[in-house]
Amino acid sequence: MTSKTATFSFGDRLARRLHLAFCAAVFVFLIAPMLVVIPLSFNAEPYFTFSEGMLALDADAYSLRWYRSVVEDEEWRLALTNSLFIGLAAAAIATILGVLAALGLASPAMPGRALVTGLLISPMITPIIISAAGMFFFYSNLGLSQTHLSLILAHAALGTPFVVITVTATLAGFDRNLTRAAASLGAGPFAAFRRIQLPLIAPGVIAGALFAFAASFDEVVTVLFLGGLEQRTIPRQMWAGIREQISPEILAVATFLVAFVLVLLGVVEYLRKRGGQSPVGQ
Amino acid sequence: MRRLSHIRLHICTQGFVATLALIGVAGTQAAANESVTVVSWGGSYAEACKKAVLDPFTDETSIEVRLESYNGGLAQIRAQVETGNVHWDVVDLEFADLARGCDEGLFEVIDIDELPPAPDGTPARDDYFEGTYSECGGGGIFYSTVYAYNNESFTGQRPSTIEDFFDLEKFPGRRGMRRTAAANLEFALLADGVSPEEIYAVLNTPEGVRRAFSKLDTIKEHIVWWEAGAQPPQMLADQEVVMSTAYNGRIFNAQVLEQQPFTIVWDGQVLDYGQFAIVAGTPNLEAARSYLLFASRVENMAAIGHYIAYSPTRRSGIDLISTHHETGVEMRPHMPSAPENMGRVVRNNWEWWSDHGEEMNERFSAWLSR
Amino acid sequence: MALSLAAARVRAAALTLPLVAFIGVTFLAPLGLMLARSVHEPLVADSLPDTLAMLNNWDGVALPSEDVFEVLGRELLSLHQQRSLGGVATRVNRLESGMRSAVVRTARQLRDADPGSWREAMIAAAPIWNEPKAWRAIQRAGERYTLRHFLHALDLERDTAGNVVAQPPDQRIYLSLLGRTLMVSVVITVICLILGYPVAYLIANSPPSRSNLLLLLVLVPFWTSLLVRTTSWIVLLQNQGVINDLLVAVGLTTEEGRIPMIYNMTGTLVAMTQILLPFMVLPLYAVMRTIAPSQMRAAAALGASFPQAFIRVYWPQTLPGIAAGSLLVFILSIGYYITPALVGGRTGQLISNLIAYHMQQSLNWGLAAALGAILLVCVVLLFLLFNRLVGVERMRFT
Repeated sequence: MTSKTATFSFGDRLARRLHLAFCAAVFVFLIAPMLVVIPLSFNAEPYFTFSEGMLALDADAYSLRWYRSVVEDEEWRLALTNSLFIGLAAAAIATILGVLAALGLASPAMPGRALVTGLLISPMITPIIISAAGMFFFYSNLGLSQTHLSLILAHAALGTPFVVITVTATLAGFDRNLTRAAASLGAGPFAAFRRIQLPLIAPGVIAGALFAFAASFDEVVTVLFLGGLEQRTIPRQMWAGIREQISPEILAVATFLVAFVLVLLGVVEYLRKRGGQSPVGQ
Repeated sequence: MRRLSHIRLHICTQGFVATLALIGVAGTQAAANESVTVVSWGGSYAEACKKAVLDPFTDETSIEVRLESYNGGLAQIRAQVETGNVHWDVVDLEFADLARGCDEGLFEVIDIDELPPAPDGTPARDDYFEGTYSECGGGGIFYSTVYAYNNESFTGQRPSTIEDFFDLEKFPGRRGMRRTAAANLEFALLADGVSPEEIYAVLNTPEGVRRAFSKLDTIKEHIVWWEAGAQPPQMLADQEVVMSTAYNGRIFNAQVLEQQPFTIVWDGQVLDYGQFAIVAGTPNLEAARSYLLFASRVENMAAIGHYIAYSPTRRSGIDLISTHHETGVEMRPHMPSAPENMGRVVRNNWEWWSDHGEEMNERFSAWLSR
Repeated sequence: MALSLAAARVRAAALTLPLVAFIGVTFLAPLGLMLARSVHEPLVADSLPDTLAMLNNWDGVALPSEDVFEVLGRELLSLHQQRSLGGVATRVNRLESGMRSAVVRTARQLRDADPGSWREAMIAAAPIWNEPKAWRAIQRAGERYTLRHFLHALDLERDTAGNVVAQPPDQRIYLSLLGRTLMVSVVITVICLILGYPVAYLIANSPPSRSNLLLLLVLVPFWTSLLVRTTSWIVLLQNQGVINDLLVAVGLTTEEGRIPMIYNMTGTLVAMTQILLPFMVLPLYAVMRTIAPSQMRAAAALGASFPQAFIRVYWPQTLPGIAAGSLLVFILSIGYYITPALVGGRTGQLISNLIAYHMQQSLNWGLAAALGAILLVCVVLLFLLFNRLVGVERMRFT
């Protein structure tokens, strides 16, 4: 309801105010919980509420002790290493397989497209508890439970739909005549892909890879079922912390993760601007 | 064409699975240098075990110990044994679970005569207190489920009996309880006027079980359920609850190490004991066995009592109880078996729980979800 | 031309093949094998073959004869020696409570003394062997293929005559839980729509610079870890949390009157709504931004009031977005696990949490699989609807 609708006169001003107030409340509902966590992570006391000192902006009431204890804690360090390792490996697999599949799906000649698409994105819609349970038995039978490999494969499977969907969306705006032109100029299919298609869909590919990584980086249920002590990831550590001994360390980690998302979105935004067109159909 | 791609898919799948299996095997072999995974109850108790037993064990044998935590029960062990994926080598168990799991074949059998004798040469068989060892167990401590409160939650009168725990009028506010049937049924019947000696006779009848649950009903809406032993001290510190059942050692550690203003109510304590056991089918059987034998030495069993208020289950260990290792606090008065704490005591009947635990927990879950 | 089309088809299919194979092996096969457990349970049949063969001729009413006792006794003994009694005991116990300890105790006592009469020795060890129900339990646990997990998941069972009947009232939990899950999903979807529609409208009709900023306010929570958001709600809502502290500080409630807002259904609803709201806003926004503002202006120029123009012109065009967002939120809600597990307490649990319970605690994997299959059917049906109304290719994540 911007100025363009100002031609409506009846109660318009009041309605617009109400609308803005309502939206502001919803945005507060969306954002505020995360914002509350950030100052509390600097609490000098082991509590989850604002101490009087904090409210009075007393510098002594704030401290970096929880950040220090996270950084110094071997378990959190192992968790970060695991999260990065599993996330990167899973994203790599998901991206390679997902881009290939998206190229196939985008071809007008693709047989049985609807069915194949349905199969490929099934990991995204299946309730995670069912997927995790199935994977638990599967990798146990192979003797692979409690290995990094099982988690990488599991997360790769869960991440591929993001790649397939984002890359397919990018390819939808792709002019196939470019490939044909390249072919008519003597370029082999691989060269044509590398020189023509890839640069054009690159923003979509990178966005898809980022999403696959983020999906793995935030995944906890398969880690609960497949992972052991050695495979603990950051969300798994947070899960244990929330369930058992909630300490402000978790708030420090949460703040770190919020910062991580801001960086991630910044990168995506940059790619979008640079790519000129939307990588993800925006 | 369709057929071809079908066959290709099949070949791909097979090759893929074989590769997976190979990588898996390679992975496990690489990790097979001597180490043992010990699973205990987390928090300050696991910390005590680590200092008292695990670290000295590594020093002596150079076998590395990985410490994992759980919240009791046999489910995770059963799942590992049934799917043939045993990742836990040694588990610290409540005695009822140990006895049941031992019968079901979840644990390796250990001959009691293999366990190290007392310093004076008394064989382990005679050194253990009556009934405190199982044919699958080693080591062992007495611990107690009590309830405790934060002194700051009460300005006037303070609770002092198990009846007070169930008395919402005298002491309003939320209570913490472990999310399981064990100990809670005993507390409920005690508070309902059953004497400690008759508890299990009463529980043996359907009316008795109903009676226990209906006593719990009276405070159900005011209970906050905990699962990990580390939670009650936290809940009391945050005043999330005014009182909570807890393992006595956890409260003790919060008192002496964190100077928390907690008070233990010993009246109506449920005294129990537990042991370590080796999970059947562990790939690290030798390392696990040497750990179990190490943990069964009297001095190591007693050493746990230098860090947390749990006492060894061997007679010769009682004399070794002394002071808290870090603070110098005299440990004896804080042990569950100290005479001044032994007023009204329920001795946990592990045989009853071994037979009925499953059924009671099912009823408990159904009761919870209503 | 025909040849090159065929070549293009092969090429397209070949490109998708690696991922199809990968998903087939690492996802669909595990899923299928897991769901098969809901009807296939061979352990008892494989462990007690001789006993089950003899029970084939049993009338189901009278006590079996001494030789059946002996065969069962010997089979239990040998299972005990192989240390694999536990799995059998657990499964029989599910059909008749108390059978676990009966089976285990019997094996233990038979081991310690060679019985003169197997029948007497077994009944002495566990009196339940004197009752036909114990034997029926063994017989039924020995069915290799069974529908009882599905019956159980629907609060049904077979009585002794084999008829399908409802479970006793105090044991019926699954249907009501499924109902609760669907109900919660509807409520969350409706709240998300009510909250999300005006917000999406605002974003879609703001100038580009402002709409990007507002969109970021939706995207940041969307991409922030679930566990972070759940932690935030614990911090805010718990008894000693920020909101209760605030209420006490401004005198809206007393120290004793702190409101329980978490570890119950309220916690589940609030946290899930916040977590799922972006899934509503983003598809709505995607549809709304394609609706030209000139349409509304045209309607106004033709004399329509704002409500009229909105209902006649704008709203109908947003229906695809409403369908997309609602179905997405609904599909995600009915399978939700993490948030209810962490903030749902006793009363805020959903069907996924019960599946997890049977996977990890009771180890009733057949029942977990049956519940999972029912849940999956719901999700797949909804998804097919989604695909028909909206199309997967129109899903977006930024």
